[in-house]
Amino acid sequence: MTIHALFFGHYRDTVPSGELTISLPDSATVADAAAALATTELRLADLLSRTRVAVGADFATAETLLKDGDELAFLPPMSGG
Amino acid sequence: MVLLTTEPLQPQQAVNAVMTDADGAYVQFVGVVRDHSKGRSVTGLEYQVYAPMAIAQMQKLVAEVKTRWGLACAILHRYGFIPVGEVAVVVCIASSHRAEAFEACRWAIDTLKHDVPIWKKEFCPDGTFWIEGEEAIGAV
Repeated sequence: MTIHALFFGHYRDTVPSGELTISLPDSATVADAAAALATTELRLADLLSRTRVAVGADFATAETLLKDGDELAFLPPMSGG
Repeated sequence: MVLLTTEPLQPQQAVNAVMTDADGAYVQFVGVVRDHSKGRSVTGLEYQVYAPMAIAQMQKLVAEVKTRWGLACAILHRYGFIPVGEVAVVVCIASSHRAEAFEACRWAIDTLKHDVPIWKKEFCPDGTFWIEGEEAIGAV
């Protein structure tokens, strides 16, 4: 399946487009996606320890199951306001 | 109401959205870009946003204020580059009485800073910095 990973904050300096499309086996989780991203780019290796995650624009966890076409966002500590 | 826009904010718009004739007061928090941050001189901020989730999260805050306090709430947030002195965020709560309005407004802005996916990048004379929670990370 195909997942669209979104990046914000300083991760935009690593992924300037803000988005990477990755292929994962069926039944992959958010943690699997993060592990796959870490192998493609060293500076993404700390994603799960530094970010909260959202799937389909709603908060999710490392154990959340992904499905084809999902939008998976890695959200560093926020600083709006 | 919630509004996420690159245009300058009009705080009165939030007041108009929440006030009815039954309300005796409104409490409004207006966040403005300042010229310093933790010892750094700041010339402006660029706000980055995950728009669909930010709007959904702000709508959740408005709904939660209605559920917990029974009060109307409006939240406006600007994004993109905002120079020093201009408004970045507005939270407005209408109420018959002041105590719960202050409490709800404080809760809404505090929760926004933690749970609404918006990030600021500081522009300083000696470089730019991503602000992630309490941390400042040098930007490329």
